[in-house]
Amino acid sequence: MNSLTRRFFTVSTLALGLGFGASAYAADIELRFYYPVAVGGPITKIIDEYAAGFEKDNPGIKIKPVYAGDYVQTIGKALTAVKGGDAPELAILLAADITSLVDEDAVVPVDDVIKTPADKAWVEGFYPAFMENAKLKGKTYAIPFQRSTPVLYWNKEMFKAAGLDPDKGPKDWNEMRDFAKKLTKKDASGAVTQWGIEIPSDGNSLWLFTGLTTGNGVRINNAEGTKVNFADPKVVEALQYWYDLSKVDGAQPAGLINWGTTPRDFIEGRTAMMWHTTGNLTNVKNNAKFPFGIGFLPGKTQFGAPTGGGNFYFFKGMSAEKQAAALAFVKYMTTPERAADWSTKTGYVATQPAAYETPAMKAYAADFPAAIIARDQLKYAVPEMTVHENQRVTKLANDAIQAVMTGAKPADAALKDAQAEAERVLKDFN
Amino acid sequence: MNTLRLSLYGWLMVLPAATLLALFTHIPVVESFVHSFMSTDKPKRPSRFVGLDNYDSLVADPIFWKALTNNLIYALGSVPLSIAIAMMMALFVNDKLAGRSFLRVAYFTPTILPMIAVANIWIFFFTPDYGLLEQILKPLGLGGNNFLGSNNTALLAVTIVAIWKESGFFMIFYLAALQQISPDLKEAAAIEGAGRFTFFRRVTFPLLMPTTLFVMVNALINAFRVVDHIFVMTGGGPNNATSVLLFRIYEVGFKYFDFGLASAMTVVLLCVLGLVALGQFFALDRRVHYQ
Repeated sequence: MNSLTRRFFTVSTLALGLGFGASAYAADIELRFYYPVAVGGPITKIIDEYAAGFEKDNPGIKIKPVYAGDYVQTIGKALTAVKGGDAPELAILLAADITSLVDEDAVVPVDDVIKTPADKAWVEGFYPAFMENAKLKGKTYAIPFQRSTPVLYWNKEMFKAAGLDPDKGPKDWNEMRDFAKKLTKKDASGAVTQWGIEIPSDGNSLWLFTGLTTGNGVRINNAEGTKVNFADPKVVEALQYWYDLSKVDGAQPAGLINWGTTPRDFIEGRTAMMWHTTGNLTNVKNNAKFPFGIGFLPGKTQFGAPTGGGNFYFFKGMSAEKQAAALAFVKYMTTPERAADWSTKTGYVATQPAAYETPAMKAYAADFPAAIIARDQLKYAVPEMTVHENQRVTKLANDAIQAVMTGAKPADAALKDAQAEAERVLKDFN
Repeated sequence: MNTLRLSLYGWLMVLPAATLLALFTHIPVVESFVHSFMSTDKPKRPSRFVGLDNYDSLVADPIFWKALTNNLIYALGSVPLSIAIAMMMALFVNDKLAGRSFLRVAYFTPTILPMIAVANIWIFFFTPDYGLLEQILKPLGLGGNNFLGSNNTALLAVTIVAIWKESGFFMIFYLAALQQISPDLKEAAAIEGAGRFTFFRRVTFPLLMPTTLFVMVNALINAFRVVDHIFVMTGGGPNNATSVLLFRIYEVGFKYFDFGLASAMTVVLLCVLGLVALGQFFALDRRVHYQ
């Protein structure tokens, strides 16, 4: 027994000693970088390839990409690591989580990381629609990376069959409603065999709803992220319109429409139009047996769409040396060529105009013009809701939208309740 | 001296398990309890003692009550049914019939599948228009359902998935218990002229009671613990119709980072589970006949 204990101790001290020894000799800078996977496709493989490419170009810097789940899990892990005093150097997190990260004092402004005028020009090279919620209180905290926006998809064959111009999508709410009604088909028993439109409403209902509100000329939150606008008559009108597509027009399935199965409905010909992320372009392109069109989200008074997706954040507590390495890596990940490569492989929107000038992107767009629509829509796009206590306030909006879409509450009452509750949550920030 | 040595050995034997249990179960429980009386740590407002504030916000939170009610409905819906189905399946595949092994495997399959995979399969069963259920119901004139997308049916839908998933697992326990029952009893009952049903009611069922107690405790705990499919199938929606306690704890803790409130809810969950287990052991123990 005794000798066993002693042996155990010897072995473990030896192991510990070796461990310390090994790390003491390592001169490499190691950057841990957390990232989520939010769309289909071999994302981890692509990220690993990029990291390996960077390591080859930059000897002395090791990148350790850590796949950390979906967006919510990734920010959960990152903030837990921060509280435990072991923060990663970099992470890709939801653009809209900027307020949480700043409120938790977890990230450093990009302005403090960049040094040269060239760096400054680099930050200014991204689309303004993506930069809008990368800034808070006059400081830039994030670099756009995997950004998406929803577009309207339509089935050209069904348009032709319904006597509509297959090359033109609806331009506004009225047209979308008329088209949807014309495109809805019923069998002899009155059961619907083909829906006119599907705008997914489960899960994060607010995202696509922001497309409707923006199209009605209203912003859902203020730029400081301290106030929301849920009870605005125009927001109520947008929600009523969405609900009426199902209830009054019978052109959209009743109840909540599942985000995940909607692209399948479209591919299988169950719906003639859908609103969905550009992240599904490749999927629909590969699987649809019919020609399809892509267009801007129709609005009532103007075009409008939300942007979503993730940005790079720099975490607090890095040495100057590590910060420089982290900056080099983020710059490497966001060069126009890489942005183009990432966009064509995933369907995310390339984050800067320069990416669309690259030969790779031009070749892709020539083959598949629909890819350009998302970029052109960006000038009408606004960030998804970004306020303090963002997840909590988003949940209030989602609950209200879902209550309305399932017929549990009228639009004005649901949104008024959500507004009151949101004001209570945000009172510390006003 | 000898007894001291013996008990030292004993303690050393349980040390590894005890350490792990303490590290991952007991210390977190105590910490949750402590945190439930503290405000959530923020950079500008460090954590401090707030007494019952978190519990007050909990009582005032309608979603908490909704989740608690949902969870009770979910438990009451899934536990008795999954136990009854498990018992029936076990009786069925315990008999001598052709293809018995195949059936046993078939019944057990849902248990082997990961919950996330199960949830994805069931999403397509429940899908409106062309989902499996819709294809069966449509010809009967009962189509047009949106099971996961409406307030009335979403909770029922996730409960059915739980029953489907759990029954096969509990069947294994019943099967093992059935094989312990001596064939003499069956012969004796046959000589006495007892029918199959009487034999089941008077002999098999009482002899299965210890297993039923064990299964019931597990099923009830699982009803509060196994909620993975809710993440995949509904995300707690529509409008919290399928939000249950553990789901809500995750949401408050890891989406809102409100650890104080999440800890208070965890304490409530622990109390509920503790009460369930105590109640069952005291109320049912008297009715259970151990051989």
